[in-house]
Amino acid sequence: MSKINELSATKVSELIKNHEITVEEAVLDSYSAIDAKDKEINAFVHMEKEKALEEAKSIQEKIDKGEITSPLAGVPIAVKDNMCIVNEPATCCSNILKGYKSTYTATAVDKVKDSGMVVVGKTNMDEFAMGSTTETSCFGPCKNPVNTDRVPGGSSGGSCAAVAAGEVKLALGSDTGGSIRQPSGYCGVVGIKPTYGTVSRSGLIAYGSSLDQIGPIANDVTDCVKLLEVISGKDNKDSTSILRQDYDFSKYLTEDVKGLKIGIPADYLSEGLDKDVYDKVMEVKDILTDKGAVVEEFNLGLSEYIIPAYYIIACAEASSNLERFDGVKYGYRTPDYEELHEMYKKSRSEGFGSEVKRRIMLGSFVLSSGYYDAYYIKALKTKALLKKAYDDAFSKYDCILSPVAPTTAPEIGKSLQDPLKMYLSDIYTVSVNLCYLPGICVPAGLASDNMPVGVQFIGNTFREDNIIKAAYALEKARKGE
Amino acid sequence: MAVVIDDEMIDYVGILAKLSLNEEERERAKHDMTEMLDYIDKLSELDTDNVEPMSHLSESVNVFREDVITNPDYHEETLSNAPERNEDYLVVPKTI
Amino acid sequence: MRDYETVIGLEVHVELATKTKIFCGCSTKFGVKPNVNTCPVCTGMPGALPVLNKQVVDYAIAVGLATNCDITRDCKFDRKNYFYPDNPQNYQISQLYLPICRNGHVEIETKDGKKDVRIHEIHMEEDAGKLVHDEWEDTSNVDFNRSGVPLIEIVSEPDMRSAEEVIAYLDKLRMTIAYLGASDCKLQEGSMRADVNLSVREKGSDKFGTRTEMKNLNSFKAIARAIEGERARQIDLIEEGKEVVQETRHWDDVKESSYAMRSKEDAKDYRYFPDPDLATIHISEEWIENIRANQPEMAPEKKKRYMEEFGLPEYDADILTLEKKMADMFEATTAICNKPKKVSNWLMVETMRLLKEQSMDAADIRFSPENLAKLIELADKGTINSSVAKEVFEVMFNDNIDPEAYVEEKGLATVSDTGELDAIIKKVIEENPKSVEDYKAGKKKAIGFLVGQTMKATQGKAAPNVVNQILTKYLDEA
Repeated sequence: MSKINELSATKVSELIKNHEITVEEAVLDSYSAIDAKDKEINAFVHMEKEKALEEAKSIQEKIDKGEITSPLAGVPIAVKDNMCIVNEPATCCSNILKGYKSTYTATAVDKVKDSGMVVVGKTNMDEFAMGSTTETSCFGPCKNPVNTDRVPGGSSGGSCAAVAAGEVKLALGSDTGGSIRQPSGYCGVVGIKPTYGTVSRSGLIAYGSSLDQIGPIANDVTDCVKLLEVISGKDNKDSTSILRQDYDFSKYLTEDVKGLKIGIPADYLSEGLDKDVYDKVMEVKDILTDKGAVVEEFNLGLSEYIIPAYYIIACAEASSNLERFDGVKYGYRTPDYEELHEMYKKSRSEGFGSEVKRRIMLGSFVLSSGYYDAYYIKALKTKALLKKAYDDAFSKYDCILSPVAPTTAPEIGKSLQDPLKMYLSDIYTVSVNLCYLPGICVPAGLASDNMPVGVQFIGNTFREDNIIKAAYALEKARKGE
Repeated sequence: MAVVIDDEMIDYVGILAKLSLNEEERERAKHDMTEMLDYIDKLSELDTDNVEPMSHLSESVNVFREDVITNPDYHEETLSNAPERNEDYLVVPKTI
Repeated sequence: MRDYETVIGLEVHVELATKTKIFCGCSTKFGVKPNVNTCPVCTGMPGALPVLNKQVVDYAIAVGLATNCDITRDCKFDRKNYFYPDNPQNYQISQLYLPICRNGHVEIETKDGKKDVRIHEIHMEEDAGKLVHDEWEDTSNVDFNRSGVPLIEIVSEPDMRSAEEVIAYLDKLRMTIAYLGASDCKLQEGSMRADVNLSVREKGSDKFGTRTEMKNLNSFKAIARAIEGERARQIDLIEEGKEVVQETRHWDDVKESSYAMRSKEDAKDYRYFPDPDLATIHISEEWIENIRANQPEMAPEKKKRYMEEFGLPEYDADILTLEKKMADMFEATTAICNKPKKVSNWLMVETMRLLKEQSMDAADIRFSPENLAKLIELADKGTINSSVAKEVFEVMFNDNIDPEAYVEEKGLATVSDTGELDAIIKKVIEENPKSVEDYKAGKKKAIGFLVGQTMKATQGKAAPNVVNQILTKYLDEA
């Protein structure tokens, strides 16, 4: 059965449809990999094996009857722990949600299940998706399968590590400021943050509502794009979901990048960027140029203002989104209180971790009376300027190529001491979220520390086509195909 | 605008956000917030005089539901996670 | 003491008459078990998202147009952040920066004449759940059935100067909104709630004093008392050289006094910001025109039409158009029986009397126009006499019975068989020689007694005028 190991998710589904393997075998294969590796990696925080095996049987029947024909039917998948599945925990890896069981299922997860994928478990993450390392989880840190002294990145560290470790071939993550792309880069897998509104947020426990998107994580571009196709779609439960003209992303899985105009924002490639990472970006530039793309450098501008604007908006929205965790309706309530406000304060202070509290405090402050215009409105104006800068860039380029993080994965325990420095490392990812853009992270090889380096292609809104083409071409070239 | 986060401000934000910090957390919060705000102040350099704040994606407009009842009796689900429950109610410390 | 003027502005919350809540498909129906009408959205479950009920926007625009407001073409919802257990998300979705309606006015009329009260804005928002306080335990119980019921808040300018003007303004809003069908506007049941912002100043001053906001006003009477009480309290403070504090006060109508609602944990800093979970709303000219074209006829036009089309006196037209339900009853019944003045009389006299007796609103009327029309026909044809008609009406008012069937079943029809009546009258004349003698002696009034006796013998089913005729004939003949 270990032959499954080497296959793509799409291929596994083909074998299932050809009756060469069963869904149950695929699921058991996944669980045996988890059993073997996850004690060390800690990618999974919750599993219901019995349930998954039952689901495998019912999916097998449907596949056999021809009721499910999806290209990923029968393949095991992991889901980040901030997505709701009915009657199962969804903790966001926070103590404040311990004991909580969802009463409904997230639309993206419903779509995954309807397409015949089997959810094998929920994955580790930074608490409430606030972090870049998957170290702030109440279930303990997740480790990078490439080198377990390193972090997997975050916040979807568990999902990316699970794919990179071969525990699953597919995973769902969420991306608010790089939370799919950055850990994909650190772990050497492929991750997509779709255009805002492409995947429903219904059932995704919100961090920053205007920034959050669910996206796919896989070993290669094809699997990743197929999974994106499954989870995309207008949802009447999410007012911010948008009806797109085209959901057929697979047709852009082509190596033909002849004439594709790609810009590299040179003004973002200076401060704090590792030489190794820079070199990889230049390598990619050469590869794509060889394939006929036109790659050139340009200045995007505003580089110093992106992180401040992002953190104001993300923390402001988070401070409001996380108000509902109050010990009244679900989750943790402090055992010891005299009156209502003490109950609120103690439940929240004991239930939330320090990074979450830090961001709630900052967010509450920037929205408070007297500071709203100076901080929050100023950030929304900066965002408007940034959107304009991208509009200008996309009038010249089909997509943008950049690093996904300034370094390779840091060592465990090194990042959290200096939050500001950690925030600054988000420079390459957050503007995609601020401007609703799609971004894909693809492996670009190993750095001198033998850790993976990912590069990122950024497209204009609703233009996943160009970034899929660029990523696919790069992947093919690097694999020597 | 160089805001200094002092104890009074931490208390005030604590009331808004319903968080109470212990001594160590409080000192750290004062330091971190001051540092962060100091950094964020960079935005004040930027000329945004004639810029409209952007809060929503322009495609996101006029999304409605029809006025039709779609939801069944849900009280068991609503109450199923309650830390404290009294028959069909959630229970909280007295509010008056 | 100096001469003071009261300055009053109102914040009026109106629950809209939608079938479902503002952001989810839960029913808004009253009278169900706690937490039945709930879902992940209106209970603030993690990951649940709001989707706007279009009917709420339609109603808000309709009320805006009826109160002469400008409609904000591009509007948004904002989050108002505060922790309270009846507020499941701990933010209320409301509108601060771009409310849907602005700059309106309504005309009110009091004994001092007509005046305009300006409307600052109307915004849409969601209602909170209900807290039920446990008598025996130190706890409160939370019910989210009302959480997410749509509200509009109508904010007036501080243009009112007396309780009388406030009541006239509220009446005007209530009538207008009920006419639109946007709400039933019942103060007692909480579908209309008013918060009173009040300050006092010396007459002639053009500066405003410090105002307070008064909450928990559940009836017009409570509002009038609260205004008087707060006015006196503020004047006392000023006369004593003290300051009025800007604060929210809770009116206790039993004690007829108010107390300040203050808490150290209540910072009143709501951190409003645009709700990123909801799309923006663009209201086109076409949308507005469509609503304008479908606005129902309002009271003043109706009144005019009733006078012209049905020839009703102004007094009748006035009263009938006061409440939408009354006007609807009038029109529907008249359409069936084509006797406008008779319909008007039944509505203005008997209906109003019973409503008042039973402390009901016109909106609570249960009988159908069909049955009222049948009753009018029965009385008109003389099938029943007027006192029987009143009796039947009362039964119909209470239980919406079919008057025809009821009269038949209870045998209430007028005794119209003259043979039968003749026999009874002859018997009455025989049995009452004294009255007959009196009559003949010129005491014409004595006939009254004989009519009464006849009515008694027929158990009230004879038509008194017919009895009178026959009696007179026999007496004059004898």
